[in-house]
Amino acid sequence: MSLLEIDNMRVTFTTADGDVNAVNGVSFGIDAGETLAIVGESGSGKSQTAFAAMGLLAKNGRATGTARFDGTDLLTMSQTQINRIRSKEIAMIFQDPMTSLNPYIRISEQMAEVLMLHNGLSKTDAIAESVKMLDAVKIPDARNRIRSFPHEFSGGMRQRIMIAMSLLCQPRLLIADEPTTALDVTVQAQIMQLLGEIRDDFGTAIILITHDLGVVAGFCDRTLVLYGGQIMEDGPTQALFDNPSHPYTRGLLKAVPRLDRAEAELLTIAGEPPDMSRLPQGCPFSPRCAQVQNTCPSLRPELQAFGSERRRACLLPVEEVA
Amino acid sequence: MSTILSVRDLSVTFDVRKPGSWPWTAPNKLHAVSQMSFDLEAGQCLGVVGESGSGKSTLARAIVGTVPSSNGVIDFEGHDLAAMNPAQRRVHRRDVQMIFQDPLAALNPRMTVGEIIAEPLVTHEPGTSKAERKKRVQELMEKVGLLPNLINRYPHEFSGGQCQRIGIARALIMKPKLLICDEPVSALDVSVQAQVVNLLMELQRDMGLSMIFIAHDLSVVKHISDQIIVMYLGRQMEMAAAETLTTRPEHPYSQALISSVPIPDPALEKARVRPILEGELPSPLAPPSGCVFRTRCPKLQASCAAALPVFEDVGGGHFVACPFHAAEDVLAATA
Amino acid sequence: MFPNKATVEALEDAAHMAEVQGRSLWGDARERFFKNRAAVVSLVVLICIAAFGFLGEFVAQWERDFVDFSLMGANATQGVPSFETGHYFGTDASGRDLFARVVQGTRISLMVGVVGALVAVVVGTLYGATAGYFGGRIDGIMMRTVDVLMSIPFMFVLILMLVIFGRSLFMLFLGIGLISWLDMARIARGQTLTIKNKEFVEVAFATGVHPLKIILRHIVPNLLGIVIVYATLLVPSMIIFESFISFLGLGVQEPNTSLGALISEGNKNVGNGTPWQLAFPLFFFVITIFAFFFVGDGLRDALDPKDR
Repeated sequence: MSLLEIDNMRVTFTTADGDVNAVNGVSFGIDAGETLAIVGESGSGKSQTAFAAMGLLAKNGRATGTARFDGTDLLTMSQTQINRIRSKEIAMIFQDPMTSLNPYIRISEQMAEVLMLHNGLSKTDAIAESVKMLDAVKIPDARNRIRSFPHEFSGGMRQRIMIAMSLLCQPRLLIADEPTTALDVTVQAQIMQLLGEIRDDFGTAIILITHDLGVVAGFCDRTLVLYGGQIMEDGPTQALFDNPSHPYTRGLLKAVPRLDRAEAELLTIAGEPPDMSRLPQGCPFSPRCAQVQNTCPSLRPELQAFGSERRRACLLPVEEVA
Repeated sequence: MSTILSVRDLSVTFDVRKPGSWPWTAPNKLHAVSQMSFDLEAGQCLGVVGESGSGKSTLARAIVGTVPSSNGVIDFEGHDLAAMNPAQRRVHRRDVQMIFQDPLAALNPRMTVGEIIAEPLVTHEPGTSKAERKKRVQELMEKVGLLPNLINRYPHEFSGGQCQRIGIARALIMKPKLLICDEPVSALDVSVQAQVVNLLMELQRDMGLSMIFIAHDLSVVKHISDQIIVMYLGRQMEMAAAETLTTRPEHPYSQALISSVPIPDPALEKARVRPILEGELPSPLAPPSGCVFRTRCPKLQASCAAALPVFEDVGGGHFVACPFHAAEDVLAATA
Repeated sequence: MFPNKATVEALEDAAHMAEVQGRSLWGDARERFFKNRAAVVSLVVLICIAAFGFLGEFVAQWERDFVDFSLMGANATQGVPSFETGHYFGTDASGRDLFARVVQGTRISLMVGVVGALVAVVVGTLYGATAGYFGGRIDGIMMRTVDVLMSIPFMFVLILMLVIFGRSLFMLFLGIGLISWLDMARIARGQTLTIKNKEFVEVAFATGVHPLKIILRHIVPNLLGIVIVYATLLVPSMIIFESFISFLGLGVQEPNTSLGALISEGNKNVGNGTPWQLAFPLFFFVITIFAFFFVGDGLRDALDPKDR
């Protein structure tokens, strides 16, 4: 059984301009110790899927479907239950670490609080444990620096602290929402290396939500491509990158310049990211698809299994995707 | 080929006051850009890469003239822009235009697209008739891939990619000679980035533009540029042709930077051995003595702290500021 | 990669379309404002009050300075509001038609409020925007001047001015105008500092747009939202301010009057069995102020939707 199994999840936001369907029937699972990438552009619903599973949706949003963690549905849980799961079993780190660190409280206090609350440690033990964790994420001079306030650290260091905090209770699943987007490449490389070590040392399953295909390539076992709140393609990273089976994935891979190659011109995907309040009835990618068929705008393709452990949602046969 | 822009010894310093200090105590100096020297050939694209805090945006702003330079020469077609007073400089502003990172923030929300694009025209050629102005704006909108009938729309009605096209149209209406792009695609979605990059390259070709392209994304910079400068803490580390710099970088910092760039190829990524750069950027208020990169350099020698390394030509217009430079192919997979 | 046929056709269609009129931020704000019931009702009330103040004279049966000597001493019985006598609001203690006087009082109070707010908007905004845009030493000098002016007890100075130079409407406007722009200048400067760092201002500067034009074209229009909200909230406080001065007997002089002066007078005579002398001016005063506050509130919600 999967560690987290999301089935037919839908997320709808009620806004002044009508309902916005951010996630439209997404189903996937992640096993213990696995790393899964959720790739998508803005408006693909990649973050909202994770937020919904964690019970972190904004007030005007509601989620349907199921999200089973260890067999229990997170979506129907009471607030107290989900709070417990959220701190002990599933941890989340965000793009901007400052949103989840209180700027007026010392790191030591913020970290110790978690341990005291959930593991019932004494304050001295909790701080000792926190220092150990900061050492593990390679904060230099952790023993002294733990007394600092969040703003005294650089962006990369803050992200390390966030990772350390999220690991305090040894969660089984870590959801990283664009963890390196705000960071420089050299710092990104450090953080990704750190996440890799954590996966290997603690056996934590990681869901990496990102728009950066490069980061995915080096890190994730499996990749899920979202567009317009639906899964376009899902499969082992290597196979998906070598042989993308969906015009969107193919287009995305060709649209980014590669440092190790010299392309004369980048191939582009025409048009703009989708307007979630006005998605076509059929395939959400059909307005931008270079290989669009007559039936695409009206007929929604089912997500179907093919090859080895791969799934795709496209009316076009695999062989014809170019 | 002629040199359109020639920068020599350009430095930009900012005064930073300690909060609560007396008004008469001397402020600290922040060296955002130090002793930059480079040439830009007409019709070429010069890429500038570096991490945040490396001073690349300040360099752009010094050339455009929204930030005063404290030292050095910015020779643009024989005129030293740095030595001009604001009134003289205003005349030359039509030839040097800029595109910004946040496409929506760069557009005045209270003006229509037509008014925004026409503003440089109104400023520099106030005599143009209304009809003529509208014609030129619409021609340009078509050229950058916007529907000309959207001329009366407001910026908030457009997506990020379209806003960037509006910004490009505004920058191009005076037919400038030099276009400075400060992270023009980093705020855009992946699928839209390629559209804007292609548009810029196409416009550069068609209009014979010279460009300075600043970004932290080395892959994009390499794709669009002829020459690349690598900056670190306000200084030039390396300068070479784009292909040479990415395949055979000589400076340890360039090597670290390039090896950090992820490549969307799982097999290659797994096989790459990357020397991860440890530590963080030192404070620009108190840069290290000698070579500014020495605190993180894997090839550190005792002599590095003593003197500033010379930015010298190691052959074929490949400049490196490191006496211990050695070419290394950091892209290839090494088992 | 070739764009498919459908897209090409759609593009061609679109290219032939007529020019699309965009929806400006002002248009959006107007729509939001008109969805706010309280604000719309208040706006209607305000328009009625303004109509009353400026057109009421044509309805009045009596001149505002005509003293009906027959009513002397019999105000409480003969001067009651009545349609038959033509004294719709009754008469005041001197036997003058209260309707005509309330009309004039409303007009003067509105004018005081609007003039005060107008001075604040024009002088305050430009002053603040200039100080904020140029920054540095200019900003320092300009804003310290405002600080110095603010530290002067203005009520005291105004009373002195009115005593020394004589009590006239002009003096009152001048006094109120002198005070009202100070706060506005501070608000405008604060806003300018944030707008100045927006990239579109940098673009304009880099393009070579003249600083004055940058202020007028790029900064002021983006300030205007907050300025308008503050101005609508400033009007009632100016009216209250004038009423206070008039209540002290230093404001508008006979035979002219304002709501404050009328309330003061009505208050004095409330023991003589003429409650309408207090009730009518007070009613208009309270309604005006409430209406302004509601409109101001509606404008704030409309112009700054993020704050909701």
